[in-house]
Amino acid sequence: MKSHKLPDSSGHFGKFGGKYVIETLMPALKELEQVYEEARNDPQFKKDLDYYLKHYVGRPTSLYFAERLTEHLGGAKIYLKREDLTHTGAHKINNTIGSALLAQRMGKKRVIAETGAGQHGVATATAASLFGLECEVFMGEEDMRRQALNVFRMRLLGATVTPVTGGTRTLKDATSEAIRNWITTVESTHYIIGSVVGPHPYPMIVRDFQKVIGEESREQIMEMEGRLPDICVACVGGGSNSMGLFYPFLENEEVGLIGVEAAGLGIDTDKHGASLTKGSPGVLHGMMSYLLHDDDGQVTEAHSISAGLDYPGVGCEHSHLRETGRAQYVPISDAEAMEGFKLLSQLEGIIPALESAHAIAHVMKMAPGMKKDQVILVCLSGRGDKDVNQVADMMGVSL
Amino acid sequence: MSRIDDRFKRLNGNKALVAFFTAGDPDLSASKEIFSVIEKSGADIIEIGVPFSDPLADGPVIQASAHRSLQNGTTLKKIIALVKDIRSQSQLPIVLMSSFNPIFVYGQKEFVEDAVNAGVDGVILPDLPPEEAEEFLGFANEKKLDMIFLLAPTSTPDRIQMIGEVSKGFIYYVSLTGTTGTKEALAKNLKEKVSAIKSKVKLPVLVGFGISGPEQAKEAGQCSDGVIIGSAIVKLIESHPEPVERDKRIAEFISGIKAALTNSS
Repeated sequence: MKSHKLPDSSGHFGKFGGKYVIETLMPALKELEQVYEEARNDPQFKKDLDYYLKHYVGRPTSLYFAERLTEHLGGAKIYLKREDLTHTGAHKINNTIGSALLAQRMGKKRVIAETGAGQHGVATATAASLFGLECEVFMGEEDMRRQALNVFRMRLLGATVTPVTGGTRTLKDATSEAIRNWITTVESTHYIIGSVVGPHPYPMIVRDFQKVIGEESREQIMEMEGRLPDICVACVGGGSNSMGLFYPFLENEEVGLIGVEAAGLGIDTDKHGASLTKGSPGVLHGMMSYLLHDDDGQVTEAHSISAGLDYPGVGCEHSHLRETGRAQYVPISDAEAMEGFKLLSQLEGIIPALESAHAIAHVMKMAPGMKKDQVILVCLSGRGDKDVNQVADMMGVSL
Repeated sequence: MSRIDDRFKRLNGNKALVAFFTAGDPDLSASKEIFSVIEKSGADIIEIGVPFSDPLADGPVIQASAHRSLQNGTTLKKIIALVKDIRSQSQLPIVLMSSFNPIFVYGQKEFVEDAVNAGVDGVILPDLPPEEAEEFLGFANEKKLDMIFLLAPTSTPDRIQMIGEVSKGFIYYVSLTGTTGTKEALAKNLKEKVSAIKSKVKLPVLVGFGISGPEQAKEAGQCSDGVIIGSAIVKLIESHPEPVERDKRIAEFISGIKAALTNSS
């Protein structure tokens, strides 16, 4: 069996990953690597993290058999990993609690974050409030408009939300601005990256804090079905919920792994966020990974109905899983995601985040063709309350 | 001997002035003109910026400049052609500064060959630290293209040692913990940091990021081998669309810095 114990000691997943950053940040990355290594071998750190995950975040989250959705689609049994039930309503908090504990361990009193949909920003502001850290969140102006509710939530939690006006004013630009701020404040500040992206050791750390999703799912499905799922499905923007779900299943080659990317208006248009389907290797935000860019190496604009998937790059470990064939990546369009959004709301009483609705939409395509005794496990990465205004707009309903 | 090494030899202890501007801002033919003005005004090395859509190490001035340049359709290929054109009339050392992705997409080997053939003497790739640069260094060393690495206030002694060994031409010392752009005052620990580097590294150490005028250049020059000035020049280009006025301002500015550096030698 191929070993999946990556990254290697230099922070690479095959040819992907690495540390493509200015010298100013290299020592901080090294420090983070060391602190994380100590933390992960420290029983007290694990104990603290488990404590907050259980009593504050509300873990374990349930694995729910979506009976009516299963019946409706008429094929494989569909289980939903309910990350929407965590405190703050998305899986992002798994990472921010762990990362805030790391910030404390490094003696850093200030944290910064980038955010697209606002979920990671809210989760960082929440963890900062919980541990008494100063918090600044960088958010594209366009996303602030799309996600006004989350902007207000972050401010209520005591965070400063700084609008980013460069480029497309979305997640890519927010990430660039957060990195620039970190270059300036690195001695006092810990950067909490929201996904499995960025320079090493971030993709590893964020994955490790998110792998609780897959570990719990594994135990729960064994309990409920007595076996592992046939397929795991999750949406991929940067790819943290999918990486968290996939990682504990990597060595079980019989479990299929499917990441769902944003096809936006269609992968044959220039309005999508499908970096693994349509991109090629490149370097952005400190790592080598699949990227949407032109023939001159300039990064192109991504598009998705969902702010959290509106990103031209993708986590470097996903690039590696794509290259090795261990995981497959499929595109789902804005319109298909809307169908998933509505169907899950109507059949299961669960309003999913638009990001998660992409995963549901792929299940709608796939489940009917599968046998009734097969099992699909889907990560429902977040709840859809934040998207309700936007969806109403798109449906022509004024609230 | 590379043109860069030769230039430092001829400076013979005098302080070097490296001037930066973004290629293609306001357009490529203006870039050629700007190069010539800067050369005539006394710069020792000219650093030409390759615009990138997401420049992480740059402050607002150079970001905006890169954006204007890209809007004009500037590409790395066109910049290499510009250097070739300039090289037919000038022997001044030319260094390209770029984010890594445009070079990676161009092809590392092809880029090194084309750049060297056009007359490029060195490259500064801020987001390609030695840890990731093995492949690029292989091509660059083979073709005698100087790869100039950065050191920062946060660099540890072991990194200073390591980077001192792989860098060619000179060391680019990032004077402040931050992005490119002008600041009111130089970092307080500049002298101490630069002498710590100079005790470990044989190459000339030049100070960049945040040097905006003659006073700062003089001060930085006193403890180093020279200065790199970027945002201040880019700002002059931005605020003077009229070419005659622009060139006059640039000439005055560069001569002023050069004079200040001469006094600090």
